[in-house]
Amino acid sequence: MRKNKLFLTLFVSLLMLSSAAWPDDAEDNYKNYCWQCHGMTGDGMGLNVQDMSVQPRDHTSAKAMGGRSDADLFKVIKEGGLAIDKSVLMPPWRDSLSDDEIHDLVKYLRKLCQCS
Amino acid sequence: MKYLVLLIALSVSGVALADGGMDILQKRCVSCHDLSGPAAQSVQELWQRKGPDLFYAGSKYNAEWLEKWLVKPRRIRPAGHHSIQHIKPGDKRDMIDATTLRPHMALSPSDAEEVTEALMKLKATAEMMGTTVFKGGSISTSFGEMVFDKFNGCMACHEIEPGFGGLSGPEVYTAAKRYQADYLVSFITNPQAWNPKTPMPNKHVSAPNIQKIVQYLQALARENRDEKK
Repeated sequence: MRKNKLFLTLFVSLLMLSSAAWPDDAEDNYKNYCWQCHGMTGDGMGLNVQDMSVQPRDHTSAKAMGGRSDADLFKVIKEGGLAIDKSVLMPPWRDSLSDDEIHDLVKYLRKLCQCS
Repeated sequence: MKYLVLLIALSVSGVALADGGMDILQKRCVSCHDLSGPAAQSVQELWQRKGPDLFYAGSKYNAEWLEKWLVKPRRIRPAGHHSIQHIKPGDKRDMIDATTLRPHMALSPSDAEEVTEALMKLKATAEMMGTTVFKGGSISTSFGEMVFDKFNGCMACHEIEPGFGGLSGPEVYTAAKRYQADYLVSFITNPQAWNPKTPMPNKHVSAPNIQKIVQYLQALARENRDEKK
């Protein structure tokens, strides 16, 4: 019986390995997708900002982030800047991130700004 | 009989040439490049891949450019393959940490020829390619820049000339030299079909504008901005 359970677990694990892309944790996703513009510390001064026409938002600023609801943050990550009448430079990430991953990122942003 | 011997000799040398290229790839390239797929399924796995996946190289690269580049490689991504691994905090913004960047190995002309021949046999799946193709046509660089930058914000991550534009993505002023036009259309249409964890977003650019962007990349390539560096 224990053997059967072990095989089942292994089988399910293999199925998971062969399925579509895995969800990643918020810290890894922030690093992979957001650092390039919002910066290593989230202060909005990323590698790409030099020639940008609009500066990325400072995620560490309670003032800049406090005015945005969680729903707004979710929407702008998922659908991009234009969805909330902001810059086209903020892309929609709905093809890279699942809704759950975006919800996790919103929580991560709240930690960065230490605001709600 | 003479012709038969010649034919057999040519066939054998042809096989040897093709095998030679894959042999070089397996011995010298596989530690940094994935040759068999699939693409990385997590960001951690993505970061472990030191160079671009090559398992679809034959659907991506222009052979002529690839062979020349392998003999005389130069950096295409200002901040390396994964920019997050080559940056450091700066006074005004994050900066490239050049001490962490390593040059790509150069191949002899004969090795480059064999490797290119082997790589061009590695094709993408129909799912990756999708159904859209480049339809031809041309555009001025000024109008193209409007579509590329103003309407879609692509310059945020890509340089359109040396020293102007974003640094996390590959330079685009040589993109049409490097890549096949159908690949460019396909990748911009659905980057995640090629690489689910790529930092390149799907901006849902309209199909006509994707054609215009590829026309723009071709116009940029014709200006040879890389040679004016």
